[in-house]
Amino acid sequence: MSWLTDFFGDPANWSGPDGIPARLLEHLEFSALALVLAMLVAVPLGLLIGHTGKGGLLVVVTANLARALPTLGLLVLFVLLLGTASILPVIIPLVLLAVPPILVNTFEGIRGVDPELRDAAYGMGLTGGQVLGRVLVPVALPLILLGLRLSAIQVVATTTVAAYTGLGGLGRFVIDGFATKDYAGVVGGSVLIVLFALVVQIVFMLVQRATVSPGVSQRLITPKKGRL
Amino acid sequence: MGDGPPTLWEWIARNWDTGRVGSIRDLLGDHLVMSLVPIVAGLLLALPLGLASVRWRWLYQPTAGVFNVIYALPSLPVFMLLISVTGLSQLTVIIPLTFYAMAVLIPAVVDGLGAVPEHVRQSAVAMGFTPLRRLVQVELPIATPVVLAGLRVVAVSSISLVSVGALIGQGGLGMLFTRAYQNPFLPPVIVGIALIVLLALVADGLLVLAQRLLTPWVRARRAT
Repeated sequence: MSWLTDFFGDPANWSGPDGIPARLLEHLEFSALALVLAMLVAVPLGLLIGHTGKGGLLVVVTANLARALPTLGLLVLFVLLLGTASILPVIIPLVLLAVPPILVNTFEGIRGVDPELRDAAYGMGLTGGQVLGRVLVPVALPLILLGLRLSAIQVVATTTVAAYTGLGGLGRFVIDGFATKDYAGVVGGSVLIVLFALVVQIVFMLVQRATVSPGVSQRLITPKKGRL
Repeated sequence: MGDGPPTLWEWIARNWDTGRVGSIRDLLGDHLVMSLVPIVAGLLLALPLGLASVRWRWLYQPTAGVFNVIYALPSLPVFMLLISVTGLSQLTVIIPLTFYAMAVLIPAVVDGLGAVPEHVRQSAVAMGFTPLRRLVQVELPIATPVVLAGLRVVAVSSISLVSVGALIGQGGLGMLFTRAYQNPFLPPVIVGIALIVLLALVADGLLVLAQRLLTPWVRARRAT
């Protein structure tokens, strides 16, 4: 416990580029950047594949394979290949690992919509795009958001590990503390990351509650889990 | 062997079995232990918890809630916090991975048992099955495909997640990544990634095979 008071009580830890606020902001920035980039790729692709029904098997197989890719290995691989001049070598694996959960859940969400519901929408004279936007997406929203949440879990964890390859963020306290036997830093940093991950979870749950139509959320959905 | 850096194959041949700690074979063995123990332990712990959650419905929400939170915790800080309890041992990696496995498997067990049709359950009761016999001979076999699907996810992600343990010196094949980073050199990274993906594919294949052997009726039904 004294490690915690040492870490959080030290005024030097609260200012400057390696202080808690700066590191927290970095962690948030890198995670958000990776998640948004992954979302921009995975959501449209998942909608397209789910709506047209083409390429579904490929998505599922690729996502399963991606789950086997070791985070740390990809980070080291890209850093060795591309150098550390920019954050690109770190962002690439972050995005790469964030895409599959969003893609699979968006695809499964759209594909899992009751065909009668889809037919009824077409029968009412909606165009393909309208069916997707007004019927399929709202009904599939819980699964799409689940994909985003699982992806966010993944990204927060990977950003932590990425501190090993020189990225900033909260992982720095843990990695540097471990290397220099500064256990106050290790424990304090770990507690900060755990809290950060929990807050991200809570935010996603609130977003889900606010955006999912009540008519939809009464239906039982089975979560698809998978840590990559 | 020339003066230049060794090629991929030379490096593998030289480091496969050096007889010292840290040879590729050595790391592969560690990796297997640290990934298999959480898979098996996770299943053994998830079964009774899942069964209890089905038997006493009120238990499910809190159990699932707690494990959802645990599942969201990044592995590295959890390893680090656990060091003060378990030291720098394989257990420090095995314990969190077991909890992650349970987070996936408990819902799988509950969903699997929930998939048992009511008329099947009642038939078993009518035939005079005791509750235990009904569970073992009727309900668990019907739940097997769902549980095995969860187990496939757990197996593949545990195998890849062990490598993060390298950051506390207990990462199995992940140690190849830290080694390659400290002394910039590509072959160890490539070998590490390839072996981990290969292990994951083998584990996944074995579970698919297990599913075929354990639930022959699924294929028989599809064939007719």
